[in-house]
Amino acid sequence: MIWKVFTIELYKIFRKPRTYISFAVVLVISILIQIAFKSNGKEYAQLVTAQISEIFDINDDVFAAMLNGYLICYILLQSLLINIPLLIALVGADMFAGEANMGTLRLLQSKPVSRVQMVLGKFAATFFYTMVLLIFLAITALLVSVIIFGTGDVFSAKSSTLEIVREEFVLRRYIYAFCFAALAMTTVAALAFFLSVFGENSIGPMVACMGIVIVCTIIGTLDDIPLFAFLKQGLFTSHMIGWKGFFDEVVPWTAITKSAIILFAHIFLFVGGAAVVYNKKDILS
Amino acid sequence: MSTPIIEVKNLTKQFKDVVAVNNLSFTVNQGDVYGFLGQNGAGKSTSIRMMLSLIFPTSGTINYFGKPLHGNRSSVLSKIGAVIEKPDLYKYLNGQENITLFAKLTGKKITRKQIDDTLELTGIKHAAHRKIKTYSQGMKQRLGIAIALVHNPEIVILDEPTNGLDPQGIVDVRNLITKLSKEQGKTVIISTHLLNEIEQVATKILIINKGEKVVEGTAEELLNPNQTQLEIETTDGNKLLQFLQHSEWNIGEPKAMGNSINVTIKKEAIPILNQALVQNNIPVFKITPRNHLENYFINITKTAV
Repeated sequence: MIWKVFTIELYKIFRKPRTYISFAVVLVISILIQIAFKSNGKEYAQLVTAQISEIFDINDDVFAAMLNGYLICYILLQSLLINIPLLIALVGADMFAGEANMGTLRLLQSKPVSRVQMVLGKFAATFFYTMVLLIFLAITALLVSVIIFGTGDVFSAKSSTLEIVREEFVLRRYIYAFCFAALAMTTVAALAFFLSVFGENSIGPMVACMGIVIVCTIIGTLDDIPLFAFLKQGLFTSHMIGWKGFFDEVVPWTAITKSAIILFAHIFLFVGGAAVVYNKKDILS
Repeated sequence: MSTPIIEVKNLTKQFKDVVAVNNLSFTVNQGDVYGFLGQNGAGKSTSIRMMLSLIFPTSGTINYFGKPLHGNRSSVLSKIGAVIEKPDLYKYLNGQENITLFAKLTGKKITRKQIDDTLELTGIKHAAHRKIKTYSQGMKQRLGIAIALVHNPEIVILDEPTNGLDPQGIVDVRNLITKLSKEQGKTVIISTHLLNEIEQVATKILIINKGEKVVEGTAEELLNPNQTQLEIETTDGNKLLQFLQHSEWNIGEPKAMGNSINVTIKKEAIPILNQALVQNNIPVFKITPRNHLENYFINITKTAV
């Protein structure tokens, strides 16, 4: 029955016009950034390497080599992986609250499907949607960028260093990074999904989800404060950016593994919580 | 003797300090068309939601086919088709897609022909490929009933089934209920606040008010034509009362309220009484016949007001 719920939910997700807003947003941002780099890429590269240029002589050939598809994708991911949670929350928050708002939840749950099966089937569909959106992002950000700009080493500027990942390792690093991003995005999807169980329309859970992400991100940013530094260690938002580690010259596997475990724990907590709450909930909508 | 198919015992639901359903017990037998009658807010929908495991009872039990709903939810619900209040559906899908989606969740293999036949039966096949957002309330109601029936359930629960329907639609639903019961042997539970809806199809009736059972009985008992109550309104109540007390009419104890007199009489005697009143120069403004069921219901309404 979980499989049936999953297929039905997928059908509903992909027949809903607003689902495609997310894909349109990813496509538009990708195209805009690619056009911008095509026309002003050199200026951007000069800006990023301004400090290093004071020490080293960086000529046009270096800038041309820097501006390859892999780097454009890296820049795209930095911009998009901050905003994609909002797009994922759109669907995750709709799973129960949207049904409650439409009045279809009572009809759905009057069928011989257990509450836990419903939760698992719906979450599987949310996860699938998240994966499809990430694959779409990979195609538009990585594949299209590589086609337009070609391949090369990835230069990533840190505060005082310029990390370089050699071209032959980049694709593998991207695969790892997308897998990690999938885990991070699934955590946000699970949070939105959990909040959805409480809502009678999808706006509340969506805003609550984004509110939690923003609050946690702010706490993580203000880690000069000892309390926030302590809290940051357990916040899922602090670990969602772990994918960037794959673009360090030496991959920090221990830190990435720790982040992955923390994200898995959050997913388990949110989905488990959704199952517990929904299993006891009176459907009054 | 009829077989009990649903047994509800001491069902209670309390939301914080509001008791929505209080100690409700009733039995529905196989093949019954069971009328669940009450005003809006009487506790009908809460009871039905508990019977469908959408709401968890505070106390009490619900048994289907001799087994408790709690613990046998999936097997029980696979034998039930329900329309709960207004049938809200996926607006961005068409009728055919909606019924197909819900059919997949019934736990039975449903063929395309079964879906088409059900849409035909409920009179919505012509609009099956139209998006729900273009449907009228009546069309949604018909599709909701089709969704309830598509897996050929043994029990059909219809909560306010004629909401939004035009007069022809109401007649169609009434005929459909009769057909489901008499031709297909299904047990039907109809919940409504409309008395005439129940009167015409129900074999057994339960009246509920403020979450409590007021009366339960067979339609024969509650719609007894020998126990029709008449309210006769005239210009001279005393004269009417004297006429009735000294006449040969078997009218029970007439009760006077100003110029209105209430009497109990056989239904077929109403026109004869009317004629006699005219012949005895007793001007009649109006004669309102009410059966027992109607009396119960009116009393409930008065109490609530």
